[in-house]
Amino acid sequence: MDVVVCVKQVPDTEQPIRVRPDGSGIEEQGLNWILNYYDEHAVEEALRVREKHGGTVTVVCVGPARATEALRTALAMGADEAVHVQDPALEGADHLAVARVLAETIRQLRCDLVLCGRLATDDNASVVGPALAEYLSLPQATAISKLDISDGVATVEREVEGGVEVLQVPLPAVFTVERTINEPRYPTLPGIMKAKRKEIRTLTLQDLGLEPGKVGAQAARVRYSRFDPPPRREAGRVVTPDSPEEGARLIAQFLQETAKVL
Amino acid sequence: MDFALSEEHRLVQQTARDFATREILPVASQLDAEHRFPAAIVRGLAELGLMGVMVPEEYGGAGMDNVAYVLAMEEVARACASTAAIMSVNNSLVCDPILRYGTEEQKRRYLPVLASGREIGCYCLTEPQAGSDAASLQTTARLDGDGWILNGTKVFVTNAREAWVFIVYARTEPEAGPRGISAFIVERDHPGISVGKVERKMGLLASSTCEVLLQDCRVPRDNLLGARGEGFKVALSTLDGGRIGIAAQAVGIARAALEESVAYARERRQFGRPIAEFQAIQWKIADMATRIDAARLLTLRAAWLRDQGRRCTAEASMAKLFASETAMFAAHQAVQIFGGYGYIKDYPVERYFRDAKITEIYEGTSEIQRLVIARNLLA
Repeated sequence: MDVVVCVKQVPDTEQPIRVRPDGSGIEEQGLNWILNYYDEHAVEEALRVREKHGGTVTVVCVGPARATEALRTALAMGADEAVHVQDPALEGADHLAVARVLAETIRQLRCDLVLCGRLATDDNASVVGPALAEYLSLPQATAISKLDISDGVATVEREVEGGVEVLQVPLPAVFTVERTINEPRYPTLPGIMKAKRKEIRTLTLQDLGLEPGKVGAQAARVRYSRFDPPPRREAGRVVTPDSPEEGARLIAQFLQETAKVL
Repeated sequence: MDFALSEEHRLVQQTARDFATREILPVASQLDAEHRFPAAIVRGLAELGLMGVMVPEEYGGAGMDNVAYVLAMEEVARACASTAAIMSVNNSLVCDPILRYGTEEQKRRYLPVLASGREIGCYCLTEPQAGSDAASLQTTARLDGDGWILNGTKVFVTNAREAWVFIVYARTEPEAGPRGISAFIVERDHPGISVGKVERKMGLLASSTCEVLLQDCRVPRDNLLGARGEGFKVALSTLDGGRIGIAAQAVGIARAALEESVAYARERRQFGRPIAEFQAIQWKIADMATRIDAARLLTLRAAWLRDQGRRCTAEASMAKLFASETAMFAAHQAVQIFGGYGYIKDYPVERYFRDAKITEIYEGTSEIQRLVIARNLLA
């Protein structure tokens, strides 16, 4: 079973994220970049598939030079190979373009199964996985929380409103994973040393036979008009009710009228 | 000149940070309150390769360097200084001398067990009458047939309660001072070694600090570590590495104090605004951050020198001295910023205050570090 995992490098959300003064994006200077959490779970699931069924795990990333480190993290977790699609023309590419580039890359690899994170924690779009399945003309299931494979058929579970949906999907297929699917392993120090010795294959749009005009900034169908920082959190309000009943009433009123969650 | 970490060093830092944040930080305060040895965490550290960072892969270690070690140490110490102490002793004071001075057989017997965390080690140098003046130690070792007989009492031994391997310094020659000392590897199961009193301490409450008693303790002849009479050299060169680890531990404690202070100063309101808006608080935070950065750079420089195989005695002492005093300073400021809340156990800063103090004392007091640094200039 040869598994391809698509990964993205995102800013570490444990750190404060600042919007540029002109609203054109986020301030990238000084950010700590990490492997997207959801993708960590996808890598973990791929490693478990390999442990159970044999085969290989290849991680693929479309991104700038710094994104190599996300691939190195996946290699340190235990992935076999890594492919990095890097091209100046991809600056400003939108989600559909990234999915197209990934699709072309995956066509060049041995692949029985594609795993992606359900979303990337930077823009929360959840577009690339489903779009990738379309470009590859493969069946897909999103946000899966369980994966079992036997005889070329995957049985997957999805947590849906009020229950669990169980699907049978013939392979090859594309799945995006939910964080409940597993507990990712930490890259170990010996794993990091092994990853250091592995070569990361770099491809350009030309290597993939893609025209920059079709997947680059000009082709983007989504444009960001402005970024605004979230509103500052206001100080909590303290109420001093005369009785527990009065307290309950005030809380209920707050939830209904101010917070509007009830 | 390049201040950037290499990719693998950043990965080590990230993996240690993730592990420390997810697995250690949530239980650190409880471990402290219950004086509980973090056995599961030590196993987790070992699985990551952090119990034998510099042990080569052929002996079951991670095969990395001192820079990787201090980066990981800072992350672990930021979450729990006790756990950092346990890790530090195993790496710096036990694996390191076995690696540097051990015979091939000793390396094969001990390093895989210690690096895998199946067992841990401890370091027995200090005695009731030999602290800063370690060369005056009185524990004796004499040859008797095919083995050594050790007699004496060691004190303040971190990890002794849990340890399998004890690195013991004893006098093998009659002359006084540093010349007649030799190092030995003693196993818990060797007859005549026992763990005495477990000390009740101010801080580092999740790690054990004990007395170790050697009463006609018999160890095989081959368990001499390094050459006979060369033990003090082994002790000192081991401490060069150990002090770099303690410096990193101190940086971690200081950083924890700073991070808690920043978060608290933003939230805590007095006189109608967050206390972060007061210059009195801002200056404390600025001073903490500046000293921490300087301490970290000194620590990384000392680690780098050791990785180059260069002499780093003075640089290791400078890093240890400055970082430990920075930890104490930062913890002190943090308690002050928290005010009354800094003095109670609902917040972690009182623990940082208690934990920071030991870094100015063990593996050479601040006074001894100054002596080492001055001697390097004046001798």
